[in-house]
Amino acid sequence: MTNRIQQLFQQKKDILSVYFTAGYPTLNDTVRILQALEKSGVDLVEIGMPFSDPLADGPTIQASSLVALNNGMTIKVLFEQLVHIRKSVTIPLVLMGYVNPVHKYGIEAFIAKCAEVGVDGVIIPDLPFNEYLDDYKPTFDGAGVANINLITPQTPESRIRLIDENTNSFIYMVSSAAVTGAKKGLAPEQIAYFERINAMKLKNPTLIGFGISDRESFLQTCKHASGAIVGSAFVKMIGESPNLESDIETFVNNIKRG
Amino acid sequence: MSKYHADQRGRYGKFGGAYIPEMLQPNIDDLNERYLPIINSQAFQDEYKSLLKDYVGRPSPLYYAKRLSEKYHTNVYLKREDLNHTGAHKINNAIGQILIAKKMGKNRIIAETGAGQHGVATATACALMGMQCVVYMGEVDIQRQAPNVARMKMLGAEVRPALSGSKTLKDATNEALRDWICNPTDTFYLIGSVVGPHPYPDMVARLQAVISHEIREQMLEKTGTPNPDYVIACVGGGSNAAGTFYHFLDEEGVRLVAVEAAGMGVDSGETAATIALGDVGIIHGSKTYLIQDEDGQIVEPYSISAGLDYPGIGPQHAHLKDTGRAIFLSATDQDALDAALELTRLEGIIPALESAHALSALRKMTFQPSDKVVITVSGRGDKDMETYMKRFQL
Repeated sequence: MTNRIQQLFQQKKDILSVYFTAGYPTLNDTVRILQALEKSGVDLVEIGMPFSDPLADGPTIQASSLVALNNGMTIKVLFEQLVHIRKSVTIPLVLMGYVNPVHKYGIEAFIAKCAEVGVDGVIIPDLPFNEYLDDYKPTFDGAGVANINLITPQTPESRIRLIDENTNSFIYMVSSAAVTGAKKGLAPEQIAYFERINAMKLKNPTLIGFGISDRESFLQTCKHASGAIVGSAFVKMIGESPNLESDIETFVNNIKRG
Repeated sequence: MSKYHADQRGRYGKFGGAYIPEMLQPNIDDLNERYLPIINSQAFQDEYKSLLKDYVGRPSPLYYAKRLSEKYHTNVYLKREDLNHTGAHKINNAIGQILIAKKMGKNRIIAETGAGQHGVATATACALMGMQCVVYMGEVDIQRQAPNVARMKMLGAEVRPALSGSKTLKDATNEALRDWICNPTDTFYLIGSVVGPHPYPDMVARLQAVISHEIREQMLEKTGTPNPDYVIACVGGGSNAAGTFYHFLDEEGVRLVAVEAAGMGVDSGETAATIALGDVGIIHGSKTYLIQDEDGQIVEPYSISAGLDYPGIGPQHAHLKDTGRAIFLSATDQDALDAALELTRLEGIIPALESAHALSALRKMTFQPSDKVVITVSGRGDKDMETYMKRFQL
């Protein structure tokens, strides 16, 4: 069965994926933002589930998470907001968040709910890959929900192979040793890392994330992967936006079309 | 290894493990491969033991507390970790980990600290070894613990404020982990307690195990048998308790007692009594009991004692709870203050507020006149004088 994520990667290149924190800037902006992102031509969206202790995130996403939690965002509320999302949004949707709230919700129940509302994949950075293989892969596979994993410049080749063999969507390439919202621009050693991964001829496509914030960095990374993920820069923009729909359109246009 | 120690995956029963983002995986794998060969090497053991003896001042005395024993009609022995260099058990671990860091070729040390005791111990070990030291400390804690901040700075450490979340220990830990993500090759993260992803809980327990090793030798010398009837320690993350219990884990006749901080009371909402609240989750890379809300968000704990003010607990302790191997008690702020004053007046020892929680077990439990009860005094009370002055109107 080909799902929405696989279809996207078969059909398009220079894929733009956008991350934002659910329930931010206000609790009920989630659906509105998703609709605006699809309308403006974004290819894939990562919806962040806020956590009190987001240890892989920099200041921008930390701050948005705190606001979202104070707004009352929870996994339950998020699923309520997404219950009819497939009536208005057709692009692939991925949920991204830390393991403790998902564990508290119940990992099996969480995956079942993802399938029910039409979420295509999940990224849980602190769910260990070996534990996923041992305990949860059949649950994900049975529900048709993709588990998307990160790799970094330090990830050994053998581990990248293991992740690739057990993935059926895409691999999230973290651009450098950093938390989210890092510096702009790509250093030569980052390009060398992207090329090293390309030379491995993985069966899954890759998206590059962390430090991608504008058209220049987007175009640079698209040369070395199927596309890129923009997170902190988008979150920062919606936090300051007086008009979400038009500002989202401008933001996406600036990155995709310059 | 017994059923109370970590298995190969770093599991203590259903607890422990290494729930870390991929960015930290290579660092953790590297440490996991190397920590046991290093700790078990003769070169490490020689240097570690020599520093513990001549620099830290070990063995710490095991003191028979005569007046305290008379009051409670039993035999109370105090393990005097408060007499260590820098004033607490934390230095045992800091010295051990700094030697491991050196053997791994790391030249930059990062650490988290709450009250500042682990930060001071780390800064001390870094000064001793000529290593660069960065200590993350919650902005709120920096203001509450000014003397320890000054100590760290005098020792040459850079103290970086954690400005996120509640600006206390858990946030300082998040910041240290973020630093490690950003500096994966030259940096060693020197964790202060038996918490965090495997192998930290096991590594720190091994480095604190000197406490129970000495207790057994000292009990043998004083009483003719190495095993007391009870060993008692306070527990926040739980490093002094892990060290106090270590060599008694498989001695089932020795009852292990851990005392948590109840703050204003277990059900008050102002507490750090992780085990008493009993909710399993994942914090800072480890599956364990923690304080969280119904949506899995971590709840900020409270205790009068900054060293016990942590929303989780070491995974080994969670396992000791589930297996029934250890008894878990909780002591309120007031229980701890009462116990601190009592020890001071009966024995002339001003304990740290953390240690005072352990001492309060004397009032909560019933002992036989023939029982031998060892209580670890994990630290001295100098750092808590401001609180004592306020609460005792000194």
